[in-house]
Amino acid sequence: MVPLNWYIWLSAILFCTGMFGFITRRNLIIMLLSVEIMFNGVNVSLAAFSHYLQDAAGQVLVFIVIAVAAAEAAIGLALVILLFRHHETIMIDEINEMKG
Amino acid sequence: MDIYSLHPLMPEIVLALLGLCILMLELTSMKKEYIALTAMTGTLAALYFLRGSSGVLFDGMYQADGYSNYFKLIFFLNLFLSILISIKYLEVEKSSHGEFYALMVFATIGMMIMASAENMIVLYVGLELMSLSTYVLAGFLRHDSRSTESAVKYLLMGAFSTAILLYGIALSYGSTGTMDFQQIGLYINSHNLSGNPVVLLSLVLIMVSFSFKVAAAPFHMWAPDVYEGAPTPVTAFMSIGPKAAGFAVLGKVLVMVFPSLRSDWTSILIVISVLTMLTGNVMALVQTNIKRMLAYSSIAHAGYLLLGLIPGNYESFAGMMNYLFIYLFMNVGAFAVIISLRSAEFMGDEIRDYAGLAKTHPVMASLMLVFMFALAGIPPTAGFIGKFYIFSELVKSNYIWLTIAGVMFSVVSAFYYLRVVMYMYMRPPEREVVLETTPPLNLALFIAFTMIILIGVLPQAFISHAKNVFFTMYQSLL
Repeated sequence: MVPLNWYIWLSAILFCTGMFGFITRRNLIIMLLSVEIMFNGVNVSLAAFSHYLQDAAGQVLVFIVIAVAAAEAAIGLALVILLFRHHETIMIDEINEMKG
Repeated sequence: MDIYSLHPLMPEIVLALLGLCILMLELTSMKKEYIALTAMTGTLAALYFLRGSSGVLFDGMYQADGYSNYFKLIFFLNLFLSILISIKYLEVEKSSHGEFYALMVFATIGMMIMASAENMIVLYVGLELMSLSTYVLAGFLRHDSRSTESAVKYLLMGAFSTAILLYGIALSYGSTGTMDFQQIGLYINSHNLSGNPVVLLSLVLIMVSFSFKVAAAPFHMWAPDVYEGAPTPVTAFMSIGPKAAGFAVLGKVLVMVFPSLRSDWTSILIVISVLTMLTGNVMALVQTNIKRMLAYSSIAHAGYLLLGLIPGNYESFAGMMNYLFIYLFMNVGAFAVIISLRSAEFMGDEIRDYAGLAKTHPVMASLMLVFMFALAGIPPTAGFIGKFYIFSELVKSNYIWLTIAGVMFSVVSAFYYLRVVMYMYMRPPEREVVLETTPPLNLALFIAFTMIILIGVLPQAFISHAKNVFFTMYQSLL
């Protein structure tokens, strides 16, 4: 039996990896991927807590998060394609029409 | 469960049916104006059902009560007025599609679910329904690269803050074993977890996430770009709706989930609100684009609203809710004027485009004057009443220096609001501005103007109403 602490550490590491990637990388697709890693880090801890507490609510939320993250990714990728058509680039710091 | 027990959910059900209906109508060759008309009629029908809806549903996961109903009233008015000001704008942009109204309706349902949520899962679902719809709305003008850019930025920051919220939810779930707001609060209280670092971290994560959502400093950097690039009616829509929904959740979560960490969240809120008022008001001073200026002004207003949360009693919450109600009309009014300047070959969103408007279009200029005075909080407009109640509650709770800071920042805000007035009344016109108003746009302007003056002159009716609806609920908790 893997102790709960390990899962919590794994989830924290995944979450921080995602956050680090989101803050440092400027490629839109990598940034979207980083957010997905953050979501999945949370999912790991939710599933672990749910198993440890013998309570289904955590796993319910995991399913909902997975479904919603898919919808979010669909919108995100559609917008990235649209942006690429306008700018021919997906580096976020090269796309800056508004300043002030 | 029979159909009658769903009664408290009727407004949401009606709106959901309306959204699906609009999507079906879009497939027919119906004129887009009629689709907008359908959307408005449906909104009014749902508003009718809101009157009697109260009760608890789904094992206490969903609760319609005075608190959530007051916010739902704000969402409905926001939806209704946003549809009114969209019709002309979408025609000018040649992007008149029925889906626009359907997305607005679905976003509103998301906000309503957020305001009624009594459970973390329901809160998350509502939040995502609202966010995903507004991301698409922000990028609705596909031919406009600025609109796409704003949608991408909104989506990235939105998804990032949602992930932070989820981590906060996971931590509070892990330390208390429940998703229910009240149960978490009771568990933290009874097991003396208020000093627990995990619980504290979960509070901080949830507050950070909602600071993103309501555009409070230092998590506001997405707002100016998003508000400037998005279609103007969408900017109006999302500078009120998601902000109000964020405050509904913040008020509920802080009071129900973390009552035993009150001293912690009060000090966090003080820091965030002062920073927010500072950034919003100072940055607005140097803007030349009026949409961007209003974006910073909406950040500043988030700061005033946060002040209403700090005392944490029902009077101060009532003041915050009133301010949102008033802010709705001033903001929609200002954006309606901006939209009326927009025509096929003229953007009309620079402040210098307003030069000499008083000479060429005196009525529109005087309306803008009223909206700017209201936003700055000058009596006898409603903006003054809203600020007055928030500040007087602060004084009653002995936050004297915070009140002084708030008043100082509103004085600063008068500079940039009155600059628009100065351009309109004291500069000669730079070019011939053609106003393109339509009956719906005029109606929105009329409603906003009347409400601002009415609340400004007769505030008592509205304030006591907000207090009454609120009193029924949190009496025992606060």
